[in-house]
Amino acid sequence: MTYLIESRKIVVPGELLAEGDYRAGRHTYQEDTKIYASIVGLSNHVGRNVYVVALKGCYFPQIGDLVIGKIIDMRLGSWVADINAPYTANLFASDVFDRPFNSRKEDMTRIFNIGDLVLAKVKSFDRTRDPSLTTRESGLGRIVHGRIIAMTPTKIPRLIGRQGSMINSIKRETSTNITIGQNGLILISGKRLAYENLAIKVIDLIEAEAHTSGLTERVTKFIKEEKSVLNDQN
Amino acid sequence: MSESHDVIANIRQRRILDHIRQDQRIDGRGLLDYRPIQVNPGIIGKASGSAWVSIGKTKVLVGIKVETGTPYSDKPDAGVLTVNAELVPIASPSFEPGPPNEDSVELARVIDRGLRESQAVDLTKLCIIPGKLVFIVFVDIYILDHDGNLFDTAALAAIVALMNTTLRGYTVSEDGTIQYTDATSPLPLRNIPVEVTVVKIGEKLLLDPTIEEEALIDTQITIATGDDHEVCAIQKSRVGTFTLDEVLQAMEIAKNKADDIRTNVLGAYR
Amino acid sequence: MTKTNSEALITNGIRTDQRQITDLRNIEIEVGLLDKANGSAYLIWGKNKILAAVYGPREVHPRHLAKPDRAFIRCRYHMAPFSTDERKHPAPSRREVELSKVIRMALEPAILTDLFPRTGIDIFIEVLQSDGGTRCASITAAAVALADAGIPLRDLVVGCAAGKIEGQIVLDLNDVEDQKGDADVPIAIMPRTGAISLLQMDGLLTQDEFRQALDLAIQGCMTVYDIQKEALTKKYIQLEITPPASDTPEEPVTSDTPDAPDTLDTLKESSKNEEEVSE
Repeated sequence: MTYLIESRKIVVPGELLAEGDYRAGRHTYQEDTKIYASIVGLSNHVGRNVYVVALKGCYFPQIGDLVIGKIIDMRLGSWVADINAPYTANLFASDVFDRPFNSRKEDMTRIFNIGDLVLAKVKSFDRTRDPSLTTRESGLGRIVHGRIIAMTPTKIPRLIGRQGSMINSIKRETSTNITIGQNGLILISGKRLAYENLAIKVIDLIEAEAHTSGLTERVTKFIKEEKSVLNDQN
Repeated sequence: MSESHDVIANIRQRRILDHIRQDQRIDGRGLLDYRPIQVNPGIIGKASGSAWVSIGKTKVLVGIKVETGTPYSDKPDAGVLTVNAELVPIASPSFEPGPPNEDSVELARVIDRGLRESQAVDLTKLCIIPGKLVFIVFVDIYILDHDGNLFDTAALAAIVALMNTTLRGYTVSEDGTIQYTDATSPLPLRNIPVEVTVVKIGEKLLLDPTIEEEALIDTQITIATGDDHEVCAIQKSRVGTFTLDEVLQAMEIAKNKADDIRTNVLGAYR
Repeated sequence: MTKTNSEALITNGIRTDQRQITDLRNIEIEVGLLDKANGSAYLIWGKNKILAAVYGPREVHPRHLAKPDRAFIRCRYHMAPFSTDERKHPAPSRREVELSKVIRMALEPAILTDLFPRTGIDIFIEVLQSDGGTRCASITAAAVALADAGIPLRDLVVGCAAGKIEGQIVLDLNDVEDQKGDADVPIAIMPRTGAISLLQMDGLLTQDEFRQALDLAIQGCMTVYDIQKEALTKKYIQLEITPPASDTPEEPVTSDTPDAPDTLDTLKESSKNEEEVSE
């Protein structure tokens, strides 16, 4: 008995996606040889891997993810960060400094204070404890300027694009620096406010239409039109 | 997704403040502009009156139930008005289930004051048997979605709900029992109070803060005015302080905005 | 409005609200209307108006309630004071406490709680207007809110009731019918398997009548299930679908299957999902 649902169908939890020699991929679950959807989304498959593309969902940390976290609490020797996940994350002093840090002698608030945003990587995470972050790589650390916007975490891959093609083209065309957190937070800073605003509009467009076809062409066209308006105004 | 709803990122705070210092808001509004207001009256048919009001993303539902009961002993000929507010947990990650806390009690009492002191509901017309039986008007405020400015949204929903409240017709028999008829009449209203909350952020006075802006408020003042601009209730809330000048400015702002709302929003329901 | 005793509930097969004995009341569902909640649904079922909201998965407070191996589910069924004919006191009644529990027990089997150890999922149901059958409507709304929040589910859960009035087995009793009728059997099922996760009964029925009511309620559930599906998929219908951005060989292997052999101590879902390429 084999069955495979057509691709790109909108499915609901409990809907049968496949039966037979298939593998249960993301956002599915398996009983015997049957694979079912576990969320509302779009059915899809690559080879024998059957999965559902999520349209809405929380950010679930993976080791190695680049994230933008907000410091919400401090303990002795560590900070606690909101990374827009079901779990808060810990940032230990030993994952911030290369040298030993004595939190009794040194003032932790001079490094990160409550309300600060940090660019960090997820260092560890398992079922038994909250994720922990590190800022020890270069380029990571406290964010001091720029604008933060939020996007549904499940749509971040679309913003990045194949091999980063989408995001690199947006950065280039709008001359802005864009740093994407896998947790759905995006840091933008550009030299000109008008171009920053354009980058944000493009990101909004991608969020709204993440699962339509022809998006890349529409984005290119959109940027071109907007830029010519801006040039006319100058 | 976590408990940090009260902590706004410092970068974001700075940006909001920078805008305000230049008399702007990050959503493009002016300092004294409200977000779009939507009113849906009569949505709860079983209630005597109701209104679902949203200001921006903030949503409040008010239901009115008119029942009968004994009057207060010091006002034997007057009906009773009672206001209750629930900050139900659906509305915000920071609302917890449980009995009313100080925030929901303050909200209820401030709206009560605006309605009561303006004599919005003509309680003298709600007497059935003097000293024994009067109408009791229950105003129940249900916060459904909290994106800032609960006071004004709730007050607006309350007054719209009262404006579409109907009383059941009745006859009183010889033995003092009440029989309802099929006739209905509108709840007698004498005044239409409008509450406007003026907030102070970084030395500027603003209206209708979003929940993010609320985190930056130094202090705020809620002012209720009636049809003739008479002031019927004032509540200064939160920790900070006002100068006398700021209070007078706020009064002026509130009066003008209340007029605007009375004409442009409530006009359709009078 | 109370009816006098001489008014029948069914006359020539037609009920007081003009329905046939196997007709459902009108049902409409609006998905995702609340901004702050992670998932929400506003459901109209006859004169019932119910708002369900879901928060989570998120940290549990107080912490000691958190379970080491799965999400902790909390459910609160609550009626607004203006929802009933006579004003109801806002404090939870014993009925609301009981219904909070049975509704939670009806929804929990559908939630893949293993995927979010040490977290909590909160389900809040506010009945804004009530007219009989609120527990079934609440379960129906809450399941949609859970799906809207993106919480992994084995299946939706859908509720419906059947009962007996004036000697006849009827579907979906309204408030008057419930009060004056002979029996009410509310149920909830997970439609894929037909598994029953809520079953209550009050009144008096023969074994045979009970069986008939159960069958009728299950049929009713399947009709309501179609309405749930339509509401959830409606907003995506217009979209065309794009092919995956990359065909990397590293496909996500681990599914949400609770006992999948790959899931050991480490949550080892593959670090790339099907469309993503890391920066």
